[in-house]
Amino acid sequence: MKVVVCVKQIAQLGDEVEFTEDERDVDPDFVDFALNEWDSYATEEALQLVERAGDGEVVVVSVGDEDSEDALRRALAMGAERGIRVWGEGLAGADPITVARALAEVVRAESADLVLCGVQSSDSVQAATGVALAELLGLPRVAVVTKVSLGEGTATVHRELEGGLLDVVEVDTPCVLTIQTGINEPRYATLRAIKQAEQKPIEVREPGDLGEPASRVRRMFVPPKGEGAEMLDGSPSEIAARIKELVEERLK
Amino acid sequence: MPRVSVFVVAEHLRGELRPVTLELVTAARELEGPVAVAVIAADPSAFTGAVDVEGVDEILAVQVDAEEFENDLYKAAVEQLVQERQPRAILVGFTVNSMGYAPAVAAGLGLGFASDVFSIRDDGGAIVAERAFYGAKVNGEIDFPGKEQVLLMLRPTSWPPAEGSGGAQVSQVAVSTPASRARHRDFVEVQAGDVDISTADFLLSVGRGIGEKENLPQFEELAEQMGATLSVSRPIVDAGWMPNARQVGQSGKTVAPKVYLALGISGAVQHLAGMKTSGMIIAVNSDPEAAIFNVAHYGAVADLFEVAEELDKLF
Ligand SMILES: Cc1cc2nc3c(=O)[nH]c(=O)nc-3n(C[C@H](O)[C@H](O)[C@H](O)COP(=O)(O)OP(=O)(O)OC[C@H]3O[C@@H](n4cnc5c(N)ncnc54)[C@H](O)[C@@H]3O)c2cc1C
Ligand SMILES: Nc1ncnc2c1ncn2[C@@H]1O[C@H](COP(=O)(O)O)[C@@H](O)[C@H]1O
Repeated sequence: MKVVVCVKQIAQLGDEVEFTEDERDVDPDFVDFALNEWDSYATEEALQLVERAGDGEVVVVSVGDEDSEDALRRALAMGAERGIRVWGEGLAGADPITVARALAEVVRAESADLVLCGVQSSDSVQAATGVALAELLGLPRVAVVTKVSLGEGTATVHRELEGGLLDVVEVDTPCVLTIQTGINEPRYATLRAIKQAEQKPIEVREPGDLGEPASRVRRMFVPPKGEGAEMLDGSPSEIAARIKELVEERLK
Repeated sequence: MPRVSVFVVAEHLRGELRPVTLELVTAARELEGPVAVAVIAADPSAFTGAVDVEGVDEILAVQVDAEEFENDLYKAAVEQLVQERQPRAILVGFTVNSMGYAPAVAAGLGLGFASDVFSIRDDGGAIVAERAFYGAKVNGEIDFPGKEQVLLMLRPTSWPPAEGSGGAQVSQVAVSTPASRARHRDFVEVQAGDVDISTADFLLSVGRGIGEKENLPQFEELAEQMGATLSVSRPIVDAGWMPNARQVGQSGKTVAPKVYLALGISGAVQHLAGMKTSGMIIAVNSDPEAAIFNVAHYGAVADLFEVAEELDKLF
């Protein structure tokens, strides 16, 4: 069994931010990188499905520049067999549909039994790439999945709705599923596994035709604080005393 | 046939119209042009009354052979409506159902697209949307150069629900739908918990900032001492440290206590969806740029353990 997992290296902002000169993005000097939380659950799910099937491989694919290979290495250290990185012009800061187009050719060529994405990337919260990818591949899809049981030609999955209600869905396979956190317990990569992952292959590919972008960022800015919070200053004991006052006043 | 300018796709679950639908109508009215609401259902007439609110010019009743949401049917129906009527904007909720088909419609038809949008406007005939980036620490203004049609997924509870009555014309629209490849089989309810956090007056809510499972009991004790009920953000439930019934947010409970004291919660959109209408929100977070401070009434940039220790002495 072959499972392809799309993984993204996400960018985390600290408590300071500056923008690029054209104001269309954050200055990369102000961000840290990590493997998207949702994608570590998706990778774990893929590994477990292949382990249960008895044989097969997990292939991880990422759209990103050279620095983003850390995310692929993380997934390889968890146990994925090999990685593919897609990069080329028009992909920096790309919208989710453009990213899906960049993924589509590579994922199609793998002829996987199952394609897993995360529900969303924690930095851009599009919750769109996986389902757009399914369309480009002509595959069925289910978004926000918290359980997967594979059958013959179908899978039975739980789709988690608002309020926690679960929709039990029978989906034809191969398909694309977007995986929600909590579905499993992602394994920690041991130091040895991290070392071994350095030897695993990562192939670099150019994207095919990306078409026209689905959107463009005109400018980014720090949200106006508005009314915002009144800040409680002082030592922890002063803050605690103010909280006590506020709570007691409100609950009176 | 009038040229419909703005489409709203109604959402329903188990026979009830979902509130986001009427919020989408309010948003639609902020764009120029007539508004049509598409109702895709086994029996659309069950919902046409509920969506006939002020500002709706036409209701597109689309009959499909499925009682509950199935993404292939929604995708086929919306695609055909868009191709037939050529709306300039299609508005859907940023909801789990829409996540299952809307990006596919946009990718398939090559539409302009943005999700988790919380503000829209017309700027000289072009649509401009606002959404957040970088974990909600930065906002971005988005436009759609070269796109005649855009599909936007709008953040729930960002617009007030439309009210009143519209007297909209109801049009039956026939669409051909494919065999559904992802079929609804059943619903499984969330397990009820030992407490109902949605009825508490005072919630002490902890998030991933507490770090370790071993730290949890200390907050359970603190909550009891303070006379509060303990609630949590999703990562605490994902890790299996607390049952789902304690989770605040979009996929947990919606709460509006008199006081919501959040310790080590960043303020992700799906968390805020469940608590932003609380009477008084107090947030303690070591990150001065945490998004929770945008909705909190009172905030403290501090180490939650140090504050908790002091609260422990005071209560
Ligand atoms: C479809 C969907 C549904 C979802 N539903 C929900 C939901 O119902 N509820 C929910 O909560 N989430 C939900 N989420 C997840 C959501 O997107 C976030 O991932 C989650 O809310 C983050 O939880 P958190 O704030 O506890 O963790 P984080 O975002 O990791 O934040 C931890 C915070 O703790 C602070 N911190 C760390 N250490 C300290 C310290 N010592 N002192 C003070 N502060 C500290 C950090 O600065 C940080 O701000 C959903 C996601 C999806 C895609
Ligand atoms: N640059 C990328 N490379 C690979 N996969 C991605 C990328 N961006 C998004 N994805 C996948 O799409 C999911 C949803 O991301 P998004 O649509 O950005 O919220 C992620 O969890 C990944 O599985």
